Amino acid sequence: MNQKFQYVLHLADNALILGHRLSEWCGHGPVLEQDMAMTNIALDLVGQSRSLYQYAAKLEGKGKTEDDLAYLRDAFDYRNALLVELPNEDFAYTVVRQFLFDVYNYFNYKALTESTDQHLVDIAVKSLKEVTYHLKWSSEWMIRLGDGTDVSHEKIQTALNDYWEYSGELYTPNALEKDLAAQGIAPDLTKIQPLWEERVDLILEQATLQKPSNTWMQSGGKEGVHTEYLGLILTELQYLQRAYPGAEW
Amino acid sequence: MVAQQSHTEIWELLEQVPDPEVPVISILDLGVVRDVQMLDNNIPEITITPTYTGCPAMDMIEVNIRAVLQEAGYQTVQIKTVLSPAWTSDWLTDSAKQKLKEYGIAPPVGKSSDKSVLFAEDRNIPCPQCDSTNTEVISHFGSTACKALHKCNDCLEPFDYFKCH
Repeated sequence: MNQKFQYVLHLADNALILGHRLSEWCGHGPVLEQDMAMTNIALDLVGQSRSLYQYAAKLEGKGKTEDDLAYLRDAFDYRNALLVELPNEDFAYTVVRQFLFDVYNYFNYKALTESTDQHLVDIAVKSLKEVTYHLKWSSEWMIRLGDGTDVSHEKIQTALNDYWEYSGELYTPNALEKDLAAQGIAPDLTKIQPLWEERVDLILEQATLQKPSNTWMQSGGKEGVHTEYLGLILTELQYLQRAYPGAEW
Repeated sequence: MVAQQSHTEIWELLEQVPDPEVPVISILDLGVVRDVQMLDNNIPEITITPTYTGCPAMDMIEVNIRAVLQEAGYQTVQIKTVLSPAWTSDWLTDSAKQKLKEYGIAPPVGKSSDKSVLFAEDRNIPCPQCDSTNTEVISHFGSTACKALHKCNDCLEPFDYFKCH
């Protein structure tokens, strides 16, 4: 039970932190339509995190709510992958981060619709519809920027090179994910990896982008070992509850 | 018998609850009301489902349902939110699609089971103003989670398209 709680938290934290990152673009997008696209995707992700936190709270069985889990945990309790906490930098970095995550998220939710846990299946079926739009958006922007002008090509290639080492954590299972995959609860990430590679290769080719050659990958987020960025995100995200504990409105 | 009457009455009352973001259609037209049960003591239990998981209108829909039912004398109302089966634009009624069009929002074209959302050419959505199919997508994400932004190349009007979902 506790294992499943940790796993659902991992999914929820991925969604919340990336949703928060994207929401930082609100009012700052390069054009109005893309400002709206990023905030819409943020809204979907925060909505998904809410469904997942509600379920996690139920699994934990300590009478907590989704808000307790989002607002009252410190960085080392968070189980999101490192990629989603990385800064927005410029639009190219944001698109790359989104694309690398969306490919994983799409195939992971697709596999999660076959989980032996009915509640996760319900959340996955619902989320997959939304995530499909996200993947389409980020794939199109990879292609548009990569196969665009010299400047846009160079910017997105640089972003891809910089964030690439954070992609491996998404499809590399830790002990928890291996256990839950064996029980049929979580997707088998070793089967997600080839799907991820295939889709990423396809889009990079269309985008005329070079796949980075480095194979060493960062990890730690799923174990609660984060970059300094997560703490900074939480100081903002949890500001109200830290300043006024228990505040409600 | 009384329960049966109440049951029918509840459905009729729910028809009066508008969608907060597209007020020309009711929450029944939208297909978010999945079930109505009468519990003991004539307490209605309404089951609703979100269109999108992050849909901020869900809380408003709950408030509006309570308001309409309390007005009709149901002091206690239970509202249950379910995720499954997942909402689909296929649940929009035909009359809802007509109302959307008249309101200036292009209704969803085709069935959600159509997987064309991923990497297929975008369909030419008929313009709700002039019916031209010479239209293009501006953004797949529009003013609300359930809509995309399109533009008509003939009458030059931008318009919202209620996404197939």
